[in-house]
Amino acid sequence: MQTTRTDWGRRQPPIGGSSFELQAWFFMRVSGLVLVFLAVWHMFIMHVFNDTLNLDYEFVAARWETPYWRAFDWLLLALSLLHGTNGLRVVIHDNIADKTIKKLAHSALYGTSLIFFIIGTYAIVAFVRQV
Amino acid sequence: MDVSIKILRYDPESDRKGHWENYIVDAEPEERILDLLHKIKWFEDGSLSFRKSCAHGVCGSDAMVINGENMLACQVLVKEVGNSLKIEPIRGLPVVKDLIVDMEPFFDSYKKVMPYLINEKEPGDRERLQSPEDRDRFEDTTKCILCAACTTSCPVFWTAESYVGPAAIVNAHRFVFDSRDEGSKQRLEILKDVNGAFRCRTAFNCTSACPRGIQVTKAIEDIKRETLLNN
Repeated sequence: MQTTRTDWGRRQPPIGGSSFELQAWFFMRVSGLVLVFLAVWHMFIMHVFNDTLNLDYEFVAARWETPYWRAFDWLLLALSLLHGTNGLRVVIHDNIADKTIKKLAHSALYGTSLIFFIIGTYAIVAFVRQV
Repeated sequence: MDVSIKILRYDPESDRKGHWENYIVDAEPEERILDLLHKIKWFEDGSLSFRKSCAHGVCGSDAMVINGENMLACQVLVKEVGNSLKIEPIRGLPVVKDLIVDMEPFFDSYKKVMPYLINEKEPGDRERLQSPEDRDRFEDTTKCILCAACTTSCPVFWTAESYVGPAAIVNAHRFVFDSRDEGSKQRLEILKDVNGAFRCRTAFNCTSACPRGIQVTKAIEDIKRETLLNN
């Protein structure tokens, strides 16, 4: 026997949000994996194959002769800054309840990160060896 | 043996905030914490308030914080927690009186994920069939009894009231991975919101708190992956 369908108990589905959190979550996983390789590689070059005491202007200038190392350093800078900023964004979002303070903290975080990103990118892109 | 019990009491008519009260109860090691609460209520202090219904770990109405961890009072024996107890209401929900909290915000989150079968096709004269393998996909999450032990153990839920919480995601999981259901897209759309599944920080408190042994954090991760693959 077939029963008659009614709309009893049906609710309108709530409207979903944007995909930003999903993308941020996925970015953290991918950038985290890439950063493990970049950071370990970076550490080996700076601390194992070379001694930090011997790292000088000449070392950096020689390294940045090739676009490959400039790209490597820029990727390390960009990914670590974005990864760290997103991590802190989440920490602020979870732990600061006051809306005004939250907005201020987020603005300070984004501002600082942007300044670091601009200074770092400028140094890597515009560097010209002084003879 | 004597069991010393400290209970966080709150009477909305006379207290501005909760205060601790001490009780000494004579109990057997095999007795449940719920039995001890009954002894206090029946023989020492009738004003003590707590919820209980089936008293056998099925209805999920007596979740409370016992010695810092979320448990069902009807499921835990004295010998499992020792003879010095601290009992508080579950955290993150408004306290109504003593160990009773207002569960409405919890059920509002639960309703948000549409925890019912959505399938516009008429089933016909028979039930909707499903293979044992398809059923296994969501077996774990069918065990939820909505006691709120997971949601109220979640540190994100404590600070962010707007977070749907683990229990709602577990109940979404139960239908999202059901082969007979057709509402997954709508549910995942809701759960990708800023206060949906991606608010989970994988603290694993929910998994250790679940009195039914549901792998809550794993269910949340399943939902996150499904959302990613369906986006």
